[in-house]
Amino acid sequence: MRYLPLTDNDRADMLATIGAASIDDLFVDVPAEAQLDGPIRDLPMHASEMAVERHMRALSKKNLAAADAPFFLGAGAYRHHVPASVDHIIQRGEFLTAYTPYQPEIAQGTLQMLFEFQSQVARLYGCAVANASMYDGSTACWEAVAMAGRVTRRNRAVLSGALHPHYTQVIKTMAKFTKDEIADAQPSIQGAPDADGLIGRIDDQTSCVVVQYPDILGRVSNLQAISDAAHEKGALVITVVTEPVALGAIQAPGDLGADIVVGEGQSIGVGLQFGGPYLGLFAVRDKKHVRQMPGRLCGETVDAEGKRGFVLTLSTREQHIRREKATSNICTNSGLCALAFNVHMTLLGETGLRRLAAENHRLACVAADRLAKVPGVSVLNDSFFNEFTVRLGQDARPIVRTLADRGVLAGVALDRLYPDVAAFADSLLVAVTETTSEDDIEALATALEEVLS
Amino acid sequence: MNTPNQSGWKPEMTASEDGMHNGPATSTGNRALMLEEPLLFEIGSVETTGVDLPEPAADAANRLGGMDRAQPIGLPGLSEPETVRHYTRLSRQNYGIDLGLFPLGSCTMKHNPRLNEKVARMPGFADVHPLQPADTVRGAFEVINELAEWLISLTGMDAIAMSPKAGAHGELCGILCIRAALEARGDAREVILVPQSAHGTNPATAAFAGYRVEDIPANADGRVDLEALKSRLGPDVAGVMITNPNTCGLFERDMKAISDAVHAAGGFVYCDGANFNAIVGRVRPGDLGIDAMHINLHKTFSTPHGGGGPGSGPVVLSKALMPFGPLPFTARTKDGVVHLVEEENAGEFGHTQAFGRMTAFHGQMGMFTRALTYILSHGADGLKQVAEDAVLNANYILRSMEDLLHTPYADSGPCMHEALFGDQGFGGELSTLDLSKALIDEGYHPMTMYFPLVVHGAMLVEPTETESKAALDQFIQAFRTVAQRAKAGDESMKQAPFYAPRRRLDETLAARKPKLAWSEDAD
Amino acid sequence: MPRYYTDEHEWIDVEGDSATVGITDYAQEQLGDIVFVELPDVGSMLDKGGDAAVVESVKAASDVYAPITGEVSEGNSGLEDEPGLVNSSPEEDGWFFRMIIGDKDELEGLMDAKGYKTFVDSL
Repeated sequence: MRYLPLTDNDRADMLATIGAASIDDLFVDVPAEAQLDGPIRDLPMHASEMAVERHMRALSKKNLAAADAPFFLGAGAYRHHVPASVDHIIQRGEFLTAYTPYQPEIAQGTLQMLFEFQSQVARLYGCAVANASMYDGSTACWEAVAMAGRVTRRNRAVLSGALHPHYTQVIKTMAKFTKDEIADAQPSIQGAPDADGLIGRIDDQTSCVVVQYPDILGRVSNLQAISDAAHEKGALVITVVTEPVALGAIQAPGDLGADIVVGEGQSIGVGLQFGGPYLGLFAVRDKKHVRQMPGRLCGETVDAEGKRGFVLTLSTREQHIRREKATSNICTNSGLCALAFNVHMTLLGETGLRRLAAENHRLACVAADRLAKVPGVSVLNDSFFNEFTVRLGQDARPIVRTLADRGVLAGVALDRLYPDVAAFADSLLVAVTETTSEDDIEALATALEEVLS
Repeated sequence: MNTPNQSGWKPEMTASEDGMHNGPATSTGNRALMLEEPLLFEIGSVETTGVDLPEPAADAANRLGGMDRAQPIGLPGLSEPETVRHYTRLSRQNYGIDLGLFPLGSCTMKHNPRLNEKVARMPGFADVHPLQPADTVRGAFEVINELAEWLISLTGMDAIAMSPKAGAHGELCGILCIRAALEARGDAREVILVPQSAHGTNPATAAFAGYRVEDIPANADGRVDLEALKSRLGPDVAGVMITNPNTCGLFERDMKAISDAVHAAGGFVYCDGANFNAIVGRVRPGDLGIDAMHINLHKTFSTPHGGGGPGSGPVVLSKALMPFGPLPFTARTKDGVVHLVEEENAGEFGHTQAFGRMTAFHGQMGMFTRALTYILSHGADGLKQVAEDAVLNANYILRSMEDLLHTPYADSGPCMHEALFGDQGFGGELSTLDLSKALIDEGYHPMTMYFPLVVHGAMLVEPTETESKAALDQFIQAFRTVAQRAKAGDESMKQAPFYAPRRRLDETLAARKPKLAWSEDAD
Repeated sequence: MPRYYTDEHEWIDVEGDSATVGITDYAQEQLGDIVFVELPDVGSMLDKGGDAAVVESVKAASDVYAPITGEVSEGNSGLEDEPGLVNSSPEEDGWFFRMIIGDKDELEGLMDAKGYKTFVDSL
């Protein structure tokens, strides 16, 4: 078999060296009743590369890829153009098949890359320190809530209604077991989010306020007032960014009073991949909070010859040392996705990121204006970056399905994310990126016109 | 012999006078192919970009709500050739499986097949959004379901949660299922028992889930002390977390008895599946009475380690825990169609007691395509051979080293897929760390060090099944060399490594004066 | 002023109702390079034998226990910039915190210098 280099001669030689008569002797500690008497029945036997590829290709062909249709889905995962070099670099064996850099002398490639990654995320977010990544935005968000609890020694988290409902669900699930009290809400269906409503829910028992920017409906608002209100009550502000490209156009959360900034890095370097693996980003505005951060941290140091080098550091926060007193149980993170983010961000640079953001916003404005002209359709948002909510006047879910049958991937029906809320049934989240053409926008508008009439 | 060396050529190192092979200093600090590479921030600039994007018009529409980012961000860019060069140079300072044997115990550093990478990149897998309408992503649901069915069959369990994003996340999933099951029967308990030899994620997970952790002692032959465990079980014990094979590389012979005892006391058995590579296709953990087990797809099922992730940690569940598994998951209805079961349709599928949701979207689809590709390639017969060759390779190393190194459990029988050594008999003040750094100079990534905690100066070696006999023999030769030097008290090992891109790094300085991000101020 | 020792390698200097606490030279040697010390908050109440501080080296974190019951009055701010003081001067400049003694009788059970030396020699 192509992945097994040992020959039968090798196996015989090695058994002789070991002093065992057969491989079964090496499994002597497994009770007889637990040993299977042959390969597991009813499962296929081994297959050639060609056969496996054929099987998997057939499954892949049952899916409609974003490149093959006008495509407008967002809601926490965004389709951007990833430059060709990124994929080549992440497939270099020295990156792909490397391990966590616990032996820094032979892992400076990974470590220097992580130091660059941490630095870039910190700057993007307007923060002092970022970690070396978490699984994804939703779990990073939960970890931030847990950290806020440790720092403030309070256990009541207030979540904005306009936080991605999957993120809210993850927080509520974890909080059931840590006994944190979670005060969540639903988004208001109006042009601007209800900041006063959120501020009114903060009291002196609040550990943190969690607010998404831009929010689930795509709205962009000034978080400073919320930050001020939270700090006045001794609570931390956690800002969640699900679309990092936005930060090439709008102010950094760290500059608006956020204490912890978390988010999804997938837009930069990491494709849609049907939901994972993605890239959790986690940063703190003030470095006094560093020791309470979860996740790996890479730091600069020198070697025995005085040369600059990098190592994982502040490890006493982590599970392999602190065990039950660790800041988190996280071990494996999302290293290769962090590399992809790094490479894409390097190719963009600040100038490229700003242009990319500008192009996203320009096309989103074009789309919003065109869709507003469709009879019966109105755009909800006063403000947006590259995603906005439209109201169709009819149930959005079936319309999305109908349009999909016609080869148009029209966006995410809000009902998909909030199935129990009747007031949201006619709303559709539309995301537009640099990969969206004006023809795509016209195709969506035309299809909607036909279906809605 | 499958790799005949007819010319008899072997690399040799002739020592120079100072033993250091230093020629004259170079002006660049480079040493031929060992290239020094500055930080991105030292070579890039905010004006440079390697992507062609249009300049925005001065009067472009602006609906950003007045939140325009006017301040500079400080993100350097490079052209495409410079970018490729920067990261290529960095890559060459890394060890990887592609380079050589990677003996990390408990990590299962097996070859990462490139077919996996090709399949993961098929547009129908790579370029689909998780929230697309079901009829446009049926093939994706089928991949998840096919992998789920394989994992259930291989483990002999009843259900599986596919969404956990890594092993530790899977551990949390399993423990939360246990907690939900106990609460559902009105029997909330406070304690989880964990062996001292367990991986640190085990007690961290249990504590995170709100449990108090107590140790289970081991007996003299390195396994869980069944009698001690039985005497500790009681109405306050929610369950145990057992790794099998355990972190000493030994099969827990009493696993079934452990499960029976825990169940009799009303608790549940969580199995850490990190070492599944030793038994896959030969033994089904479900036959040993476990209730939940996470599977590290990036270990047993060959998805790449990537320098620290991403991983994937699906969790198989017993009938007792099945009702509490998190959302979402896939299910096949009688008509053969595979559906995604989420919050809104869980009721239709009779799944009303899910403990909740662990992540946005559905799980690590990119790892599912890779793992399924691998499983289909091996098949049931190939996977059984994987376990057998993994165990054979580890025992070959164990017996080839036991005359030289302390082997705490080698007398009591074979090891499984990993061999455990200790530092007894090292001369001078030499430690496992020193031996490991000397092994780097020999051209290998060191084995797992100082884990498990139960053996002093532990060295845990897991070669995996994708090593040829020639590769094993070369590794053993290097391992024997450094072991001999350690026993002889060769003090030069304290300065190793000599030949890596960096010498030993000052971790004390890094922790005392943390510098965790680039800054323009020199300090 | 008298100095007492615990079998967890803490020392405590008593001056009237106030005490200063640190770890012994033996302890710092076992721990290796200290990189961080987590001190108790001023005003917090400590129980004899309970968690008081955490001392971290690169690869380990060790708990430091309160030798007696009392209220923390001051933490050694010098350790923030110079955690290495615990290595270089564990029994003087590397002190951890000061406390107001809750119950003087608890000092009875602690060792004196001679007793501690005997204890360490037996380890």
